[in-house]
Amino acid sequence: MTHVLRPIGLLAELTHRCPLQCPYCSNPVNLDRKSGELDTATWKRVFAEASELGVLQVHLSGGEPTARSDLPDIVAHCREVNLYTNLITSGVLLDQPALQRLYDAGLDHIQLSIQDVEEANADRIGGYRGGHAKKLDLAKRVVALGLPLTVNWVVHRQNIHNLGRMIELAVEMGAKRVEIAHTQYYGWAFKNRRALMPTYRQTLDAIALVEEARRRLEGVIVIDSVVPDYYARFPKACVGGWGRRAINITPQGRVLPCHAAETIPGLVFDNVKDKPLSEIWLNSEAFNAFRGTDWMPDLCRNCDRKEIDWGGCRCQAMAITGSASETDPACSLSPLNATLRAMAEEDSAAEPDAFRYRRFGG
Amino acid sequence: MDALGPQCVPRLPRGVRLSYDQARERWLMLAPERIFEPNEVALAVLRLCDGQRTVQAICEELGKSYNADPAVIMTDVVELLGGLVQKRLIEP
Repeated sequence: MTHVLRPIGLLAELTHRCPLQCPYCSNPVNLDRKSGELDTATWKRVFAEASELGVLQVHLSGGEPTARSDLPDIVAHCREVNLYTNLITSGVLLDQPALQRLYDAGLDHIQLSIQDVEEANADRIGGYRGGHAKKLDLAKRVVALGLPLTVNWVVHRQNIHNLGRMIELAVEMGAKRVEIAHTQYYGWAFKNRRALMPTYRQTLDAIALVEEARRRLEGVIVIDSVVPDYYARFPKACVGGWGRRAINITPQGRVLPCHAAETIPGLVFDNVKDKPLSEIWLNSEAFNAFRGTDWMPDLCRNCDRKEIDWGGCRCQAMAITGSASETDPACSLSPLNATLRAMAEEDSAAEPDAFRYRRFGG
Repeated sequence: MDALGPQCVPRLPRGVRLSYDQARERWLMLAPERIFEPNEVALAVLRLCDGQRTVQAICEELGKSYNADPAVIMTDVVELLGGLVQKRLIEP
C-alpha cells in the first residue's frame, strides 16, 4: 500500500474561456464550456476542503481566470481559509479597477504570461491583436501596486531566438521572478509540434543562456526554467510525482492528478460536485492509478532514480508509446527514447506549420 | 550585506507570508512558487520582522527571550536576514 502524502498545490482552472488562442495552451483540446462551470459557492467549498487537506498554495488559472466576475470573492475566500493565492493570467482583461479589487481581496502573487518581446510576433502567437501592449501596461501597474510579479515566457521555435531579451525585459519590468517554460508537448502543443519544436542546438543554447543569466542576475531576479524534455537525459518528475503533491480541478469540477490526465483513456475522474476533495485525493481510482512505485514497469522499478523522477510523465508515455504505464520516452533509458528524439528533430527541421489556434470546438 | 544595518526595518514583502500549516503542524514561509520551513531561530527572528522593529530592536527582544547579549546575536541575525534579502524573502 502506497503511503499517501498531503497535497501542497491546487491548480484551479476556474474557466476555459480565454481571449487568447495560444497554440501551446495547456488546456485539453476538448474545452469545458461556460454552461457547465462550477459556481462560486462550490469553488469556495472546494478551497476550504483543500486547505483542510493540507494544500498551501492555490494557482488560480484557466483559461483566463479574470474572465470570471467572482474572482475577487474567490481570492478573499482563499485568504480566509489560509491559502496562498497565485493568479496565472494573460493580463489582457485586468483594467485598473479589476486589479485593485484583487489587490484589496488579498491576492499574493501574479504570474503574467507574455508571448514574445516583439509586439507583432507576440500578438500573432497569442492570436489576440493589441494583447502585448496591454500586458506591458499591466506589468507596470502590478509593480506600482507592490504586488510581486512573475513573468512567464513559454519558449518554442518561433520565439526562442529572443530568450536573452525576454530575461532582460522581465528585469526591466521589475519582476521578481521569471519563468522560462519550454513548451511541453501535450494537447494543443502536441497538435502544433511542427510549428513549435526547436532544434536540439537551439535547446542547448537556450539552457546555457539561462544558466549564465542565473549566475549573473542572482539577487536581482529569480529565474526558474522548465526543461525541454524531448531533448533531456532524464524525464521530469511530472507534477512532483503522480498523486504526491498536486491537484488539478477543471472548470466543471473534475479532479485530475495533472492538467493533461484526461488524455489517458480509461481513467475515471471524480467530481467535486459528488464527493469531498479529501476522499477523492485518497481513494479515487485516477489518483491511485500511478501513485508511488508499484505501478512501474521493471525498467523504472529497478532504477535508482525511481523516487527522483517518479517514472516521468504518464501523459507523455501515453502520447508516444500508446500506454500510460510505460517508462516516459523522454528518459534516455527508455527503448523509445530514440523514436522521441527523432520525432523532435524531424519536427524542428521541417518548415513550420501554420498554427492551429486554441479554440472551442478544437 | 552592508544594506542591512542595525537601524534597518526588515519586513516581509507583499507576497511573502509566515503561515501556520495546520494540517502538518508547522510554521512555513510562503512565497511565489516557493515554500520554506524556517528553523526555530529563523522563525523567532521572522516573527519579529513586523515592519515596525529595527534590526537593533529585534536583537534586543531576542536577547531578552534567550537571555543572551544582543551584540552577539546581531551578527547571526544580520547574516540570516541578509540571506533572506538575497532570496527576496525580506525587504531591508
